[in-house]
Amino acid sequence: MSLLEISEVSVRFGGNLALDGVTLAAEAGEITGLIGPNGAGKTTLFNVITGLQSPTSGRVILTGRELRKLSPTRRARLGMGRTFQRLELFGMLSVRENIRVAADIYKSYSGSKDDPAQVVEAMIDKVGLRSVADARVDALPTGQCRLVELARSLATRPKVLLLDEPASGQDDTETVAFALLLRELAAEGMAVVLVEHDVALVMEVCAKVHVLDFGRVIASGEPADIQTDSAVLAAYLGSGAK
Amino acid sequence: MDKFLTFTIVGLSTGAIYAIIASGLVLTYTTTGIFNFAQGAIGMLCAFAFWQMYIAWEWPLWLALLLSLLVLAPLIGAFIDTAIMRGLEDTTEVTRLVVSIGLLVGLIGLANWIWKPGVSRNVPAFFSGHYFSLADTRVTGQQLATIAVAVIVALSLWLFLRLTRTGVAMRAVVDDRALASLNGARPNRVSMLAWAMGCTLAGIGGILIVPNVALDAGTLSLLIVNAYAAAIIGRLRSLPLTFLGALILGCTEAYLSGYLKSTPNLAGLRLAAPAILLFIVLLVIPTSRLRGRRQSREFFPMPSWSGTFVFAGCVVFSGVVLATTLSNSDAVTYGRIFAVGILALSLVPLVGFAGQISLATLSFAGIGALVFGHLGAGGNPLALVLAFVIPAAVGALIALPALRLSGIYLALGTAGFAVALDRWIFNLADFNIGPVHISLFELGSTEVAPLNIFGYSFNTPSRQMVLVSVAFAVLSIAVVGVRRSAYGRRLLAMKSSEAACATLGLNLVGTKLTVFALSAGISGVGGAILGTQLRSISPQNFDFVSGLPVLLLTVVGGIGAVGGALFAGVSLMGILPLLALLGVFFANVAGLLPGIAGVGLGRNPNGSIHDIRDGFEPIIRYRPAIIWLAIVIPAVWILRLAGIYGNAVFFPLLVLSPVVAVIFATLKIGGVEQTPTVEEIPLEWKGFIEPWKESDLIELDAALGINEVSIHVAP
Repeated sequence: MSLLEISEVSVRFGGNLALDGVTLAAEAGEITGLIGPNGAGKTTLFNVITGLQSPTSGRVILTGRELRKLSPTRRARLGMGRTFQRLELFGMLSVRENIRVAADIYKSYSGSKDDPAQVVEAMIDKVGLRSVADARVDALPTGQCRLVELARSLATRPKVLLLDEPASGQDDTETVAFALLLRELAAEGMAVVLVEHDVALVMEVCAKVHVLDFGRVIASGEPADIQTDSAVLAAYLGSGAK
Repeated sequence: MDKFLTFTIVGLSTGAIYAIIASGLVLTYTTTGIFNFAQGAIGMLCAFAFWQMYIAWEWPLWLALLLSLLVLAPLIGAFIDTAIMRGLEDTTEVTRLVVSIGLLVGLIGLANWIWKPGVSRNVPAFFSGHYFSLADTRVTGQQLATIAVAVIVALSLWLFLRLTRTGVAMRAVVDDRALASLNGARPNRVSMLAWAMGCTLAGIGGILIVPNVALDAGTLSLLIVNAYAAAIIGRLRSLPLTFLGALILGCTEAYLSGYLKSTPNLAGLRLAAPAILLFIVLLVIPTSRLRGRRQSREFFPMPSWSGTFVFAGCVVFSGVVLATTLSNSDAVTYGRIFAVGILALSLVPLVGFAGQISLATLSFAGIGALVFGHLGAGGNPLALVLAFVIPAAVGALIALPALRLSGIYLALGTAGFAVALDRWIFNLADFNIGPVHISLFELGSTEVAPLNIFGYSFNTPSRQMVLVSVAFAVLSIAVVGVRRSAYGRRLLAMKSSEAACATLGLNLVGTKLTVFALSAGISGVGGAILGTQLRSISPQNFDFVSGLPVLLLTVVGGIGAVGGALFAGVSLMGILPLLALLGVFFANVAGLLPGIAGVGLGRNPNGSIHDIRDGFEPIIRYRPAIIWLAIVIPAVWILRLAGIYGNAVFFPLLVLSPVVAVIFATLKIGGVEQTPTVEEIPLEWKGFIEPWKESDLIELDAALGINEVSIHVAP
């Protein structure tokens, strides 16, 4: 059984079918890639998984448990973590405080014995934000903001980590470090789902990749297979490409 | 059956007026995103202008109508749009709401200035003497005209929005302002038009309603609460549903007045019905999705402990100075500075930290005052604890259903609660709920005993002054404690992004509930203390409208800081009464000032208190100035106590000494250190406004996530 299973999820916005029977799974200890053109439904799928958007039909299952009736808060407490493509940081707080909010919340519901202050410091080091720890997040460049969101999510010890374009806004060296970090997280046993436009990064770190286009999964498989899949090439480059 | 028909017709014509006003509200809300609390006040102003021209100056009806509806109303609208609302981009919902509340308060002040209140002014019914009969029921010309106007308004709006180019542009702006402007629509023109139309609709409603009600600025402005309920039924979007809601509302009111038994306890229910209906509608409309992050210019820095203790010390010291120098009657007047400050303080965690809006602060204060009045026999301080706990519990109870709501809906829910309380509940006779005997204002006023701590009674105005200043100082420290705690961080986080908080596992309902209860509890304590100062309390002390300036001036002062609360207390209960002493003109200005201050908020959403603090910055950085103040102020005070001079010399000296200190310190250290600000060039303008630099490329690449530059050169 996979850690996270999504089965036949559809979302309809008026006449527009944003997701059309999406089925996929994410395994513990692996990075699962989710790619597709803009508007393919990647963020909508994340919203459905975390409960911010209710699906028209379909099921989301976390460690064997159906989540349909659960609020975003309950899902988070079951181990669902995420970051946002359109940043959702706490703008008036510093980097440290942003992560601290998450660590405090985690402690309040999990009964964890860890000192939240120490958890925060560990997370700051883990994602490499030590030099800007006391800066207000509103003043940081996008790339670092994404790391703050990641650290914030990690502070709640998620089992499943949904990353929505975490590497956009990062430069070359940052991306290399980020790939290492992703591998490290997976090695800790998390199921990481990565939505990313940097296809090279996705192909490098993911065990399995799903391609979404117009709300449908048009291809699933290992990176090598995806790269040569004709449907994928058509979706990305137009139907004339071979 | 006749009776039913009669009341149906009354209901439909009242509903028609609500429909016209509410459709204007929906129009401006959908096109500009601003919920216009002043919609009723604008209608009120048009009605007064109409009265002036038609009745007082005896101009012809058509001319009076033309000038008030097609000249004055659109001009007000255009003025509001260009002068006030354009400055509100990138501000929070709280700021926008407060600006329109400022407009409401300001317009009432203006109307009371031009048209002295208390004078009876009447407008005769339109087409009086004309009527027609419908199955033995007489339909007056006024009623028919009202319904006809509503139908015409509905049809013209429908045609305008569907068929005209401008109407279509208006609907486009609703969907996406930026996109609409890219496609050639001119959002600024569209929003100005929306305001002009909204104001004209308000004016039509105002003029139609004056033959039925007294021409009074406050009453007319608040009729709008009834129209709010209609607009909410239309979910602030749908005009047809708004019209339907208005008719339901009008009929409900009419049937209640026709069929409800006229016992004293139920009389208020009819008046409160629209507010209660508003509350119920808010409970059943579907919830919106969790709010994501909004860009905002607002920022409230973390208060330091040292600064807070200095602040608290200064507050207590001023309490002592005022208590020892003011006459008894002045101490009664100005003693409310700190009590109102406590009410304002209750808004800081709720509105400032958590970003939730409550318009019911004064209602909770009323509950607190009642609790202390009834349970604090002999001034028992333990009753003060109950004056915290009971309003907190009521606050939580009210908030529980309202918490599904956010922003403007939550504000309206609390407004509905406040109005229901002061139109109905506060005017109830004693009643029992099971074994519990509930006694409110006993149909008049209730006595409140002065606080008595270990046999020491705070029964003189000056003792109360000291007590209240201490209470304000202690509560300020507590509020700063909240801000600095994990809970405070959580509130700020929730204000920034509810969606992110939920996905981190935060219990949003619990968090909102506790902050609501905390705020209601602080209001309750403030109300209880205010009650001991007033000695005798009545529902008028705690009505909905009187509560609006408290919120208004706290936001103007700085809703994220305890200093903002003091600002509200000092300006409402100190500066404005002082200004009113200078003469009739200044009294009128004092009535207008809170409104003007609120309206100007768009220019400075962080509040004035930070500017005031910055003004004192030189003293903080120049130690001799502090020492000078520490000697001069007590000296000035001691000389006053020794009777060397009176208050006419003392207070100017007291105000002058810090001013002199600031000037001196500024001269000494050369003013506030200016950090050079580099004008930030938007990315898309790099290389256009200024010459292209190598560093711009790196910055662009980083922002766009481009890793390498590949240059294609043709072979």
